[in-house]
Amino acid sequence: MSAALALLARDVRLALREGGAIGTALGFYLVVVAIAPLGLGPDLNLLARIALGLLWVALLLAALLSADRIFHNDYEDGALDVLATGALPLPLVAAIKSLAHWLTTGVPLALLAPLLGLLLNLPAEASPFLVLAMLAGTPAVSFIAAIGASLTLGLRRSGLLLALLVLPLYVPVLIFGVAAATAAIAGPASPWPPFLMLCGFSLASIVLAPLAAAASVRAALR
Amino acid sequence: MPSLANPTRFLDLAGRLIPWLAALTATLFAVGLYLSFFVAPPDYQQGETVRIMFVHVPAAWLAMFGYALIAVASLGTLIWRHPLADVAAKAAAPIGATFTLIALVTGSLWGKPMWGTYWVWDARLTSMLVLFLLYLGLIALWQAIEEPGRAGRAAAILGLVGAINIPIIKFSVDWWNTLHQPASIVRLGGPTIDSSMLTALAVMAGAFTLLFVLLHLMAMRAEILRRRVLAMQQMQVEQAALAET
Amino acid sequence: MPDLGPHANFILAAYGFTFAAVVALAFFIVADDRKQRQRLADLEAKGVRRRSAGAAREGKPARGRKS
Repeated sequence: MSAALALLARDVRLALREGGAIGTALGFYLVVVAIAPLGLGPDLNLLARIALGLLWVALLLAALLSADRIFHNDYEDGALDVLATGALPLPLVAAIKSLAHWLTTGVPLALLAPLLGLLLNLPAEASPFLVLAMLAGTPAVSFIAAIGASLTLGLRRSGLLLALLVLPLYVPVLIFGVAAATAAIAGPASPWPPFLMLCGFSLASIVLAPLAAAASVRAALR
Repeated sequence: MPSLANPTRFLDLAGRLIPWLAALTATLFAVGLYLSFFVAPPDYQQGETVRIMFVHVPAAWLAMFGYALIAVASLGTLIWRHPLADVAAKAAAPIGATFTLIALVTGSLWGKPMWGTYWVWDARLTSMLVLFLLYLGLIALWQAIEEPGRAGRAAAILGLVGAINIPIIKFSVDWWNTLHQPASIVRLGGPTIDSSMLTALAVMAGAFTLLFVLLHLMAMRAEILRRRVLAMQQMQVEQAALAET
Repeated sequence: MPDLGPHANFILAAYGFTFAAVVALAFFIVADDRKQRQRLADLEAKGVRRRSAGAAREGKPARGRKS
């Protein structure tokens, strides 16, 4: 257990130290949300209607931007080989790295969303449930991103390829995430069914995705 | 299938099957097209445009069949380590993607006279679009990884991940669709289907399936030959290096 | 060809695209097949032997291809 926690602490510390990674993801999130109205027009009613969808889509893109660092640095300097043959099972390593990504990218993005929602005239009462839904959905985002990161280890244009591979898999997160946040403010439907489905999808990703990521890492290391 | 695991045996079998398959496919298409245009009646509501169904529906079925094939082949690569499994998966991807594209385009062309727009975000077309993206991802991954062992395993993992997600995606898209389009029931199939239409549809579906199998065998053969070429080129380099020592 | 009604163009376009896509796909696959055969023939003409074919002739144990 302590080895697992040590790995988690190390990865989180590295991500925070690298600073640029988190800041860039948050900055990208801001940029996308900021330029969308420039393309769509300043009509506040329109922006309010698309705000939730846009915030979710931009979050997915921002999270994907930082995804290839999940395994990349350790792959480059050989640490991944050590981890692969070490005491911790590789799926657990993958899970810990995915968790580190969630803590250092998913959570900050989710917490920033209400602030960006202000730019889009998102009603204030939407924010709490939006953050809740994003916190429930971003684990799936991080854990599935790790699959993409492990598949594209060491490849050229891995960032773009990773996004192409992983975005279709985010469709359920997007649909349920937006629906949960929308239902919370607009009724009459209850937000709980989509919210629970979002939670279920995240939980399933937490359990299954590390298996796929570990298998891909092994394939890449051979 | 241990007897088919040997590439040489497979090439042999494929070489013998392909001409017969080609003839059978052509015949079935001839019959199917005749039934589609001259026997099946126009639809009561949609008129003649219902004939597009005879290419759209089989293409959609084969798009799904192709991915199912890739899913099974992926299991073959990862679990049973069947030597031809990754060849089968790699060969199937472009074929499945093409049929998905055909389904999308014919669906769009069917939709324009019916609903007035070339694209509608209904559950079926949207799911088919996501399937197309999954195919593209697979093809991109095959292209990106040079080392064939890693490529085969990576593509198998992605194929399985996609296969597991497809029911979830389909469910979420259906759910999303009912959320946003409660009123009109936009169904490409039409509410009633005449029995002669069903015959035409069945024959065309059979013809398209045989076409898939035919193209798949040919593509597998080409892939096996490509790997032989690469192996021999490698040997050539090794022999030249040895000769210099 | 029976009267295909007011939307005949869409029907023909749909079938036309299907045909074109299938032909293009088949063309690429067949062309690939031919190219590999040609390369194999070239290599064999240069005297390069496949491992299993060569080993069988010389009686050495055949080594598996690297995966």
